[in-house]
Amino acid sequence: MVRDSKIALVALNRFGFGARGGASGDFVNAASDPRGFVKAELSRPNGVLLEVPGLQSTPALAKAVFEYQFEQQQAREAAAKSGAEAKPTEGPPTPAGDAKPQRRNLSLSNIAQDISPKEPAMQSPATNGANATMAPAEASPNPAMQPNAAKPPQQPLNVIQKTFRAEALARLQRATLAECGFVERLVVFWSNHFCISANKGGLARMWAGSFEREAIRPHVLGRFGDMLKAVEQHPAMLFFLDNQQSLGPDSRAGQNRKRGLNENLAREIMELHTLGVGGGYTQDDVTSLARIITGWTFAGRQAQLGPPGNFVFNANAHQPGPQTVMGKVYQDNGIAQGEAVLADIARHPSTAKFIATKFARHFVADDPPPALVARLQETFSKTDGDLKALAITLVDSSEAWDAPLTKVRSPYEFLVASGRLLARIPEDPTRYLGGLNVLGQPLWSPAGPNGFPDTNAAWAAPEGMKLRLDISAQIASRLAEGIDPRDLLELAAADAASEETRHTIERAESRQQALALLLMSPEFQRR
Amino acid sequence: MLRRPNVIGDLAPRAVRGALDGLATVAPTGDPDYAPLHGSIALTPDGPHPALMLDSFFALHPAMPEFARMYHEKHAAVIHAVATSYRDRSHFDGQDVLESGFAGPGRVQSGWLNRALQALPKGERVMSALAVGPTTPLVLRGAAPTVGWTPAALPQAGDDTAMRLVELYQHRDPALASALTQGLLLDKAAQGDDMKPKPGTNGAAAMRLVARGAAKLMAADDGPRIAALAFDGWDTHANEGGPVGRLAQLLSGLDGALAEFEGGLGARWRDTVVVVATEFGRTVRINGTEGTDHGTGTIALLAGGAVKGGRVISDWPSLKPASLYQGRDLLPTTDLRAVIKGVLRDQFGLAERVLAETVFPDSAAAKPMQGLVA
Repeated sequence: MVRDSKIALVALNRFGFGARGGASGDFVNAASDPRGFVKAELSRPNGVLLEVPGLQSTPALAKAVFEYQFEQQQAREAAAKSGAEAKPTEGPPTPAGDAKPQRRNLSLSNIAQDISPKEPAMQSPATNGANATMAPAEASPNPAMQPNAAKPPQQPLNVIQKTFRAEALARLQRATLAECGFVERLVVFWSNHFCISANKGGLARMWAGSFEREAIRPHVLGRFGDMLKAVEQHPAMLFFLDNQQSLGPDSRAGQNRKRGLNENLAREIMELHTLGVGGGYTQDDVTSLARIITGWTFAGRQAQLGPPGNFVFNANAHQPGPQTVMGKVYQDNGIAQGEAVLADIARHPSTAKFIATKFARHFVADDPPPALVARLQETFSKTDGDLKALAITLVDSSEAWDAPLTKVRSPYEFLVASGRLLARIPEDPTRYLGGLNVLGQPLWSPAGPNGFPDTNAAWAAPEGMKLRLDISAQIASRLAEGIDPRDLLELAAADAASEETRHTIERAESRQQALALLLMSPEFQRR
Repeated sequence: MLRRPNVIGDLAPRAVRGALDGLATVAPTGDPDYAPLHGSIALTPDGPHPALMLDSFFALHPAMPEFARMYHEKHAAVIHAVATSYRDRSHFDGQDVLESGFAGPGRVQSGWLNRALQALPKGERVMSALAVGPTTPLVLRGAAPTVGWTPAALPQAGDDTAMRLVELYQHRDPALASALTQGLLLDKAAQGDDMKPKPGTNGAAAMRLVARGAAKLMAADDGPRIAALAFDGWDTHANEGGPVGRLAQLLSGLDGALAEFEGGLGARWRDTVVVVATEFGRTVRINGTEGTDHGTGTIALLAGGAVKGGRVISDWPSLKPASLYQGRDLLPTTDLRAVIKGVLRDQFGLAERVLAETVFPDSAAAKPMQGLVA
């Protein structure tokens, strides 16, 4: 039984987002057929696509954001012309002592809403710490009198914020509801591999979700080469790595505007997306690729190149002539020149090795077993980058099941796993987004194009663990009423729970404390 | 029968979560077995921190001067050797019984206070009950409307939780133990430890703030007349402390919270009853770590202008070895439900039948205690 439970824990936590609470039966199902449990999601047709009413295509989102930005600009110009001050957008400050309680639990559905995540898990990193939160309250004459309902009036969300939140919510709901969550974990892996950052600007924030839906998801169980092409031709990536600004020096546009190459995207394609550092390319190869993909851009608000927000090949910006990349000459046949390079480097042995290593590191161990990496590399090469075959090789390997659960869940995995275990389908992404910010993994917003780190050094860091504990305590303070943490431990780990963890939870002085400790237990944090 | 035609007496039950050591809060200093059994943490009527004598037999913890004052003004009372109907020693189950009002833990999704609200005559100015904290506690959950209020500063993970986790990591996951320990140290250092109140006193300050906010809401003319709040941190397995120390700081917070209610409710305090209850008591004998383990009998406190106070109400079972429950705990001689039913009957005019069948199902044997409310 203990052995079965330990294998079930691997199936649920290493490959998925952890057991769901309630009557899901996840742990029992995972224990009875661990590999089948993990692989079941791989054979669901279209199971990886995220098609939710209200989520729009990249061009539709572009239209909305261009309109919004245009209105903003008009308003600014009008204000400047009339010399009028901008209207104050904030309402009068709420008197601190004017505490009005919020009507609560008039019905069960209201209870459900009330306990669903609504607010940032924490206000900001600056207010963390057991003592820090009390200090301002003690110092003020009317301390601690902010009622639930009377938050300072907030500006209405603009279309960019609304879109980002809707995309985030759809992704969180999918991850929370998924059976094992292996496919969603794969989405997160590939999305981080080919990351953009929403912090790049309004367009990036607007498109962060549609980029993942359009460029990543359709190929998560497809071919690497197809994903690579979809990513590098997606407006979000072209915007993120500045390729829409890159002009062939000898192209008509380059000549007219006296501007030229931007190597950013070309470099990251080779260094981060395919071959990896030391993958056999040189600076000349980067420059050549940069020239080759000049003209890869998207249509802007003016629609000069086509319908706004669509990928277009702008021949006017494209560097004419043949180019040599890694010893091979690519004739200038327009967009096909770059697509040919991508197809070749997608098949390059360095790419196979880079991807295999990163894949195994993500799922199995910071220092993955070399035999496993070799087998993944072989699969990748033999199948011409079939990512479903890659995932199956991982699940079929013995290493992925035998290696101890040494990795610490990323903040995203941790928060999603918590929501799953507590059987809370997110209805509002705010708390999740706040928690991810605090824990250093802001959604779709890594610090650089290399994405979020994927090692324990990053996530099991001192400050991170302390903040994770605070977040766990806050989750517990909201959600522990009416649940029994001992039952939750059974659902999360069953016989794989250690005696120490079991006793720590049983002896906790309250449900709240017990739940916080459960969420922080090695059984819940390690995968 | 209502005491006043249009004012429902106020009620603020306070759950003290984690099992309050009743013998350390209201000490039977007159019982010859008390001092030897409670050992190094026993209260004494003399010494540098003398306990506050309530009568010739019981003494109050010195960290609670406000409660002592209310007691001597006859607006506070103690019920000793009390327990719910729960006889095992799990916090969660014990809290479940305490708040649900059912005879055993059963995952009932409503609490006795909410059911009491439902039983009130229609048209009374009850408004709705106030649930303090981020969620509605079980005691107030149910069909009757409630309102919620959360202090602005959400609690961070407490030191006690952090220490329990560090201990678990030390046994199971040394790498996480090291990371978390460093993180906690860094956090303390960043805050400038000496600039801040110590964690314990901080907890006491937090209790006062919560009570101040709740009292302010209840004092409003159209404010809620009933409120429930919970304080955590009473699970004093180690280094409980005697007249000073960890429990003393918690009791100081509780004492301060009662004073905040008294001050904040103003004229309404006259009609108020605050009930302080906990899921069970703690062992009579201290354990090997200067603390106490989960027990059975404990105390309940009543405070407020409506309380017929100045009394320790107890059918004292004595602390002789043969008198202890299972040889280790204070034997409960009073059913907590009888205390609460007594308050509900006199304060709200609820019928005994309703109390015995709806509010506290299957509790007919625990008759409402007489004369708790003036």
